[in-house]
Amino acid sequence: MNGANGTNGIGGRIRRAFSGRRIVIALPYLFLLAFFLFPFLIVGKISVSEMDAVAVKDLFSVADGSLRMNLKLSNYAFIAEDSLYLQTYLSSLRYAAATTVLCLAIGYPFAYFMARAKSSRQPALLMLVMLPFWTSFLLRVYAWKGLLTEHGLIANLIIGSGLDHGLAFAGLIPAPGKLMNTPFSLVLGMVYTYLPFMILPLYANLAKMDLRLLEAAADLGASPWVAFWKITVPLSKAGIIAGAMLVFIPCVGEFVIPELLGGPETLMIGRVIWDEFFSNNDWPMASTVAVVMILLIIVPLAVFNKYQAEAQEHGR
Amino acid sequence: MAADGNRSFLQIQDVVKDFNGHKAVNHASVDIAKGEIFALLGPSGCGKSTLLRMLAGFETPTSGRIVLDGVDLARLPPYERPMNMMFQSYALFPHLTVWENIAFGLKREGLPREQVAARVETMLKLVQLPKFAHRKPHQLSGGQQQRVALARSLAKQPQLLLLDEPLGALDKKLREQTQLELVNIIEQVGVTCVMVTHDQEEAMTMASRIAVMSEGRLLQVGQPGDIYETPATRFVADFIGNVNLMDGVLAVDEPDHVVITCADCRHYVGHGITGSQGMAVTVALRPEKIQLSRNKPADEYNTALGKVKEMAYFGSFTVYHLLLPSGAPLKVSVANVERHRSDEFTWGDDVWAHWSRTAQIVLTS
Repeated sequence: MNGANGTNGIGGRIRRAFSGRRIVIALPYLFLLAFFLFPFLIVGKISVSEMDAVAVKDLFSVADGSLRMNLKLSNYAFIAEDSLYLQTYLSSLRYAAATTVLCLAIGYPFAYFMARAKSSRQPALLMLVMLPFWTSFLLRVYAWKGLLTEHGLIANLIIGSGLDHGLAFAGLIPAPGKLMNTPFSLVLGMVYTYLPFMILPLYANLAKMDLRLLEAAADLGASPWVAFWKITVPLSKAGIIAGAMLVFIPCVGEFVIPELLGGPETLMIGRVIWDEFFSNNDWPMASTVAVVMILLIIVPLAVFNKYQAEAQEHGR
Repeated sequence: MAADGNRSFLQIQDVVKDFNGHKAVNHASVDIAKGEIFALLGPSGCGKSTLLRMLAGFETPTSGRIVLDGVDLARLPPYERPMNMMFQSYALFPHLTVWENIAFGLKREGLPREQVAARVETMLKLVQLPKFAHRKPHQLSGGQQQRVALARSLAKQPQLLLLDEPLGALDKKLREQTQLELVNIIEQVGVTCVMVTHDQEEAMTMASRIAVMSEGRLLQVGQPGDIYETPATRFVADFIGNVNLMDGVLAVDEPDHVVITCADCRHYVGHGITGSQGMAVTVALRPEKIQLSRNKPADEYNTALGKVKEMAYFGSFTVYHLLLPSGAPLKVSVANVERHRSDEFTWGDDVWAHWSRTAQIVLTS
């Protein structure tokens, strides 16, 4: 082949670069580049900048003929030193983890029976899962305030049945009778909000499972219970991981639900970021907290993904 | 409970399976002896798979009994039945290796680790796959997957082995080779086997006895040769192999012979049948039992004149489609014993077909 036939020449290269397939793949990446990576870099830059009254100073300055770079790392040092930040990070991860586990515990059986329901009923069930999305998320979370506050509908049910004593005993509410602005109300709100994000990928996964595998397991002597744990659960691993990520990641940085349903002792990093930005007006500090949060989530996920990809290469 | 010599090992007694008014299996009864390879043969939708699934316990009979070695299986769920199944397209567990797939059933029995390992090794050797123990199913070829599936279903040493279209997922060449291999392994292990297939060749080569099924009923049960040479009904004659069916009337009814008059010929059949003169019967004639010649045969019976309409060359034999005077077709299969025939028949030739007095099957039902 030579340049004249257009496959290796400059014209050919340009044509290939702008082929339909590449553009379709490139567009979302360009979008992410422009609206995710770039803003993240700006946040990163702010986190190491100094403040000049209300303005953020440039990283580079030219003075006396020399280029100076001012990297202010004290915010990172401060986060490492002040145990309150560490506690807040850990507490965010804990609440997110608890929410994920509860969503999985509630969502898995739900998705399982939905996937095994009559195929004529499945669209209706799927619709019901997605129905909450038709109402504003803020309204739905706000509604919980009314339900959980003193003499609220759900509050009356819980207190009437004496469940609040159990919750108080488990340390989820400070005292029987007080449900709002507690770890209980926070996790309840987050589980309620994020449950569909767990159910949908699990359902998609379980619905396409080959049911003959369960028959094969039964044929080889596995009771339905054993077949579930030995066959169904391992085969739905991809759905569990996808659902867990869709719940865990946004939960770590969740701001609205802790603000509305959380209380003084429910530390969440999203609220800290809000406070630093809008109460303290300390943008570099707020950016620092945000960058650390993203790194805390992304680094373990990247490592996990790498292992996952390697495991896949070695045959599923 | 041990089976005594006379009693059948597996008894299917008047089994019915009703799916919302549709009888998928309709009063099926058959006894299967120990060590037999028994094939359920029929077109798709005939109920053979449903019957097999009832044996395995995945479906419950609406009525009737299934007794294995003197034990009624009705109340046993699939995971407690002493039988294993090789599934159509295998249903190997994709997340487990070959080794783990074969060990799955053994582990459920709670066997000690060493015993499981020893048994898996034996099975891997039996199907000649020791090198592939640590591969996942998707890394194997179709033929290898089939052998893993066989090893998995034999690992627990079942009393009864069920095969659901065992070779259906393989291509033709591999299938022929695997048929005999599969029979060898089954006979080596000595397990009683019930298989389901829609492929008559597969049933004929592998099974010691065949049951032909249609619309939920067992039409005929017998050895492959019996089913082919003495089919009991028009359906069986037509379903197994190629056949020419001619409707006629019983003209002469003697104890040692009968004559049947058809549109294009008169059949002289060298044995008596149960029937009466004037009765309508059907004569079934296999294409390979007919000879062709250019000269009129001396015999006035068992001969017909036809015109060659189509020829289909299969290599080892050629099938001629003749057009008889009444407009009925007649298929004749001629073995190509010589490489080049000097007087080969060709399109449009008038030829005489002739067959012996024992070639016909007279169907009265």
